[in-house]
Amino acid sequence: MNTLGLIIQREYSSRVTKKTFILFTIFMPVLFLALAFVPLWLSTIKDSEIKKIVVIDHTGIYAPEFKSTDDYRFEIVGKADESANYTPRLGKDFFAILQITDDLSKKPQNVFLISEKQVPMSLLKNIEKVLSEKVTRQKLDELSASGNVDAQTIVKVRHIIESGANVSVSTLRLNKEGETFASSSMLSSIVGIAFTLLIYIFLMSYGGMVMQAVLEEKRSRIVEVLVSSVKPVNLLIGKIVGIGLVGLTQLFIWALLLGSLTMVLGILPVFSNDAATSSQLMNNSMQPVNMSEIVAMFQTINWLEIILYFIVFFIGGYVLYASIFAMIGASVDNEQDTQQFMMPITIILLFAFYAGFYSIENPDGPLAFWCSFIPFTSPVVMMVRIPFGIPAWEKILSVIILYGSFVVISIFSAKIYRVGILMYGKKPTVKEIIKWAKYK
Amino acid sequence: MYYLETKDIVKQYAEHLALNGVSIAVPQGSVFGLLGPNGAGKTTLIRIITRIIAPDSGVILVNGRPFTGQDVYRIGYLPEERGLYKKMKVGDQVMYLAQLRGMSRKNAQTELTKWFRQFNITNWYNRKVEELSKGMQQKVQFIATVIHNPELIILDEPFSGFDPLNADIIKNEILRLKNEGKTVLLSTHDMESVEELCDNIALINQSKVVLHGNIFEIRNAYRQHVLRFRLFSDDFEMENESFTVLSKEKKHEYIDVRIQKKVEMENTELIKLILNTYPVISFEEELPTMREVFVSAVTSQSIKDN
Repeated sequence: MNTLGLIIQREYSSRVTKKTFILFTIFMPVLFLALAFVPLWLSTIKDSEIKKIVVIDHTGIYAPEFKSTDDYRFEIVGKADESANYTPRLGKDFFAILQITDDLSKKPQNVFLISEKQVPMSLLKNIEKVLSEKVTRQKLDELSASGNVDAQTIVKVRHIIESGANVSVSTLRLNKEGETFASSSMLSSIVGIAFTLLIYIFLMSYGGMVMQAVLEEKRSRIVEVLVSSVKPVNLLIGKIVGIGLVGLTQLFIWALLLGSLTMVLGILPVFSNDAATSSQLMNNSMQPVNMSEIVAMFQTINWLEIILYFIVFFIGGYVLYASIFAMIGASVDNEQDTQQFMMPITIILLFAFYAGFYSIENPDGPLAFWCSFIPFTSPVVMMVRIPFGIPAWEKILSVIILYGSFVVISIFSAKIYRVGILMYGKKPTVKEIIKWAKYK
Repeated sequence: MYYLETKDIVKQYAEHLALNGVSIAVPQGSVFGLLGPNGAGKTTLIRIITRIIAPDSGVILVNGRPFTGQDVYRIGYLPEERGLYKKMKVGDQVMYLAQLRGMSRKNAQTELTKWFRQFNITNWYNRKVEELSKGMQQKVQFIATVIHNPELIILDEPFSGFDPLNADIIKNEILRLKNEGKTVLLSTHDMESVEELCDNIALINQSKVVLHGNIFEIRNAYRQHVLRFRLFSDDFEMENESFTVLSKEKKHEYIDVRIQKKVEMENTELIKLILNTYPVISFEEELPTMREVFVSAVTSQSIKDN
């Protein structure tokens, strides 16, 4: 076997056989799914305790409208009992006190919900809905009583209000053949952000791993033994390729595990039902979405394309950042000294991440557009934009710029690496490091 | 026949001229000492020989022909800054380093077993390097340096970190390698081991070779014409314009006398002269130690330069 192969093999196998790697690789998808499903599942569990709410209605108009549910019991207290002091018993005997002091159709501010703990959003929405409906009816009653409008119109208006407007925008995308198909911009956003997060985490952690590996060889003083029989550039390539393969292995295992786990969970009726109902809950104001629609939307996303581009951008971004990280590792002697050089890289990556994040709002805006071509940000930003569908030339140009610049950066990095690994002692300045590149 | 020659090697770092026209010639099957104060350029020269860095100008010849990339496999190099992967098993590590130097897996395994047996460390195979003491690690490093049966072995400060017992093991290995016809280039500050092991030396100071040649000839060239006599006498009272007495030391029934003679006077004449008056038990010319040669060569050059 040639030396480059040997180096790649050692870098790869010494990492994938580590217990921490195996544990992390297996448990991460489980943890990830748990993070996604447990809150969904928990949200569907009903609060076992029924909350008591005291309704003190001075007008007596609104109190009868409140119907107790599984979660809340409304206890209506007449104006006469108001002298009884409820406030000290709040939090013990009742959850909240709803006080209506005046006719809301005239003075809509005169309603208060007093509680000790934070009031759940659903309760507040419920109360507001009940009151709004009642007030609407009140106003319509007044209108009809005034006799200025004929009774038939009022009946029609009532009907319109009861049935609701129910507007819901369906987003459709036009493909090249001119067919429209249903898509969900929300789903595109979720997919985009998931891949952006993934690529960001991978660039950071695997780039950092390359730096650690370079630094470790330098610190343990084995590097001079190695470069006496191996060209430094081969050592660097071997390291970057070996560690990159570890990253791809982890991705592959995750994809496999996530795929099979979601399939298993999807078959389980509890989860599929719960997921459907809870997405209904979440989309309360929107048109309810059912599971089959979600599945259909999932199918509108071109997974093959996204995964393919993910791998292409991952490799490009990884080699680019790993070259820079290797340069840093070779330039210093110890961990503390890396901080100063790490700073700008971390800031650039963070910027890329935020640029990606904000590109969701406007995937074709100038920020997203230009960051798609800057090699330091393109791998991260492009992952957001691709699920939204962008012109092919943008993707191709972005890849060309990324790969072109990683060639340039890695050649420069190799020059620095070659000199830096043999330098011990004081921390070099950036100026000195640049001079190293000129050494023969 | 020289195994290795460097000719007019020049290496310039940013503001520092590390090597200024360095030429050395290392005969085949000998131990060659590369000496010099810290920062003289020894390690730079070694790194150029091992092709870790490239010279600005100058050539390196191996067996009389220009040095090529494949020649690095004929070199075994133990750097001064040396170490091993801490988390890796000793056996795997040596196997890895051997294969990096072009050995086949099978071949490396056979040689490894042989060397581990010779150093009595077969039971270390599955231990991690971080579990070994520094001396033990040095042994492993030495094996890793010579496992691929190199023709040229370059050792930079090989004895640092070794206790005298283990240092002797390495010294014996060096001499054994020499007897097998291998060429050894040894860089060290330990002048006693230079006298013990080296056939030839080069002394590098301030980026230049200031002394080069056979160790005995060099010591001869630096002799101070001091002779030591042991005489069967109570005292030594002879006086002559051709010599001065440096010291006298009475021991039981004999006396040790150190004499500084004039350069013109032959040793034999001096002996005859003394023998006429005193019974001589022994006589020896004091050759300077390598330490003295080193100090004198380095200081005289500094004086010249200033």
